[in-house]
Amino acid sequence: MKSFVNHTGLVVGINRPNIDTDMIIPKQFLKSIKRTGFGVNLFDELRYQDEGKPGESCDNRPLVPDFPLNQPRYNGASILIAQENFGCGSSREHAPWALDDFGFRAILAPSFADIFFTNCLKNGILPIVFNKKTIDNFFSEVHNKKGYKLTIDLNSQHVLTPSNEVFKFSIDEFSKRCLLDGLDEIDLTLKEVDIIKAYEARHIKRVPWVFGAIK
Amino acid sequence: MSKSTQKTLYDKLWEGHLVKQRADGSSLIYIDRHILHEVTSPQAFEGLRVANRKPWRLDMNIATPDHNISTDTKEREAGVDAIPDEVSRIQVKTLDYNCDYFGIREFRMNEMGQGIVHVMGPELGASLPGMTVVCGDSHTATHGAFGCLAHGIGTSEVEHVLATQCLVTKKMKNMRVTVTGKLGLGVTPKDVVLAIIGKIGTAGGTGYAIEFAGQVFLDMSIEGRMTVCNMAIEAGARIGMVAVDTKTIDYFKGRKFSPTGDTWNTASNYWSTLKSDKNAFFDSEVKLSGQDILPQVTWGTSPEMVLPVNGIIPTPEDESDPQKRQAIRQALSYMGLKGGMPVTDIPVDFVFIGSCTNSRIEDMRAAASIAKGNKVADTVKQVLVVPGSQMVKAQAEAEGLDKIFKDAGMDWREPGCSMCLAMNADKLGSGQHCASTSNRNFEGRQGIGGRTHLLSPSMAAAAAIAGHITDVRVYGVQS
Repeated sequence: MKSFVNHTGLVVGINRPNIDTDMIIPKQFLKSIKRTGFGVNLFDELRYQDEGKPGESCDNRPLVPDFPLNQPRYNGASILIAQENFGCGSSREHAPWALDDFGFRAILAPSFADIFFTNCLKNGILPIVFNKKTIDNFFSEVHNKKGYKLTIDLNSQHVLTPSNEVFKFSIDEFSKRCLLDGLDEIDLTLKEVDIIKAYEARHIKRVPWVFGAIK
Repeated sequence: MSKSTQKTLYDKLWEGHLVKQRADGSSLIYIDRHILHEVTSPQAFEGLRVANRKPWRLDMNIATPDHNISTDTKEREAGVDAIPDEVSRIQVKTLDYNCDYFGIREFRMNEMGQGIVHVMGPELGASLPGMTVVCGDSHTATHGAFGCLAHGIGTSEVEHVLATQCLVTKKMKNMRVTVTGKLGLGVTPKDVVLAIIGKIGTAGGTGYAIEFAGQVFLDMSIEGRMTVCNMAIEAGARIGMVAVDTKTIDYFKGRKFSPTGDTWNTASNYWSTLKSDKNAFFDSEVKLSGQDILPQVTWGTSPEMVLPVNGIIPTPEDESDPQKRQAIRQALSYMGLKGGMPVTDIPVDFVFIGSCTNSRIEDMRAAASIAKGNKVADTVKQVLVVPGSQMVKAQAEAEGLDKIFKDAGMDWREPGCSMCLAMNADKLGSGQHCASTSNRNFEGRQGIGGRTHLLSPSMAAAAAIAGHITDVRVYGVQS
């Protein structure tokens, strides 16, 4: 996994609650068997005026000019601010893949849906929860100050504003270590092979019907 | 038993599957069943190959294509090689290839046993009470209906489960949603879960495992409980569950992968212990009265934007919270509706009866009981009835339900996810209203610009006949 240590980037905001994963990456793009290439179709229905088709070039598609990602001032944005319940709905990991492919490294919101939150952490994207007041404040800063950037330091768990204000955030220890070191979780788990095998041996005795039925 | 040792059903299943509690707060839990489908698995299988890894064990996995396959009988009969959309064809063939390559049991597109993952899993006895069940699909909580710890996972986790038979996760908090009393005539499990979502909101269950309890769930069939648990995610909860009772145990008797003989007796004795202790602690409690729940219909673009069928669509100006006002305005504009309109004035262009929420045999029977002897309204362009699995389809046809649907002017289709997420050809045009038994009414979910109204199978059938949203109870519905 891509590591996340610290990051300074331009901030863009999408100011509506309950952004679902269907909005982040619509279903027609889920037919791909790859992990990459979803960035051009990120927020496809909000971003383009026409209907997007998988595998088609987006170079000449008509844009929705008001949509934040289409505004020149947010070109190159890598930090997304959003509202409550961001990433709700479908468990599709294509959503963080699309955000990552577009260039987002972190998402700041008052709350996230559980599955989406986990999926971000598995893909080197840092989801940060701040209270609504802080997020609303970021929205007005981004709106008022062109080129508004934030610096995120995962090790010390804080976000630094251009005026040197510091906002602390929390993250669980395991996810922090995986992000900082870019660890492969499967490798980590496979270091516990003996423990898993010992559990499995006990489990087979306890619930034998769980094993061997599906052939 | 002292109060401190009193456990919820979720606590018990969690502890029974805990392989290791790590010092950093993360936990390793053992996974008993992993269900795979064509959309969220290819990248996981590819990851295994790239890292030169093999599945930990094969007998815990089961696969089937459901999300993007056609539901058109002619197209299905033509087989996988004839799937017209090249990208879809590659995806379905990739699942077949990966299952062959790694040796995973797959129920192929036209094979008996194939179906929507959350319909075929329980009906085959592939998922059984007390198991941990995961699938790369957010509606996996369905399997909680019979006392499983079941939830959706992402593709990285699919790969992790394949490689290690474990999941790295954190324990959720416990929430209990109690619905007391009896349901009125024409009120179904779908109405119950929509009413719950309307009460607690789409993020109300975030961070929780929900247990559904109370007389209404005791009286409910296993299929009905599946409908309720299925939509726990629409209330923000990854996990929804109901305690095991004799109905649960009876449901699994004689299923393809269910235990038999002495093992059945041991298993069913164990299953009957799967319930929360009397004084178990829940971090959050929600209570509803069954008598208060009427047939429900969503009017907006989030499942929490729901009303009883006699309701009036909200007016933005009446909402004091500015963000909620904006959300109502946005939803009304997208849905092409006006505040102050009765729900029953919403016109219907399409009807979809299907999805992992409502495509089981009881759903088919409920819809057929309303369709029988009636005709679809002239203004309704299409009614799709999509059984959830090959077994549901066969059973419905044996009961003659397909004939009832066809006689009413409805399309009887092949099993799959279909218009619930519109990955295949079954989709809405822009501006079209659909009365749908599925689970999400998000913008564009059933087709770009499509307008979804979530409701029960009998309400959907009634809407098909009336040409607009209508109260199913006027059709003389049976309990």
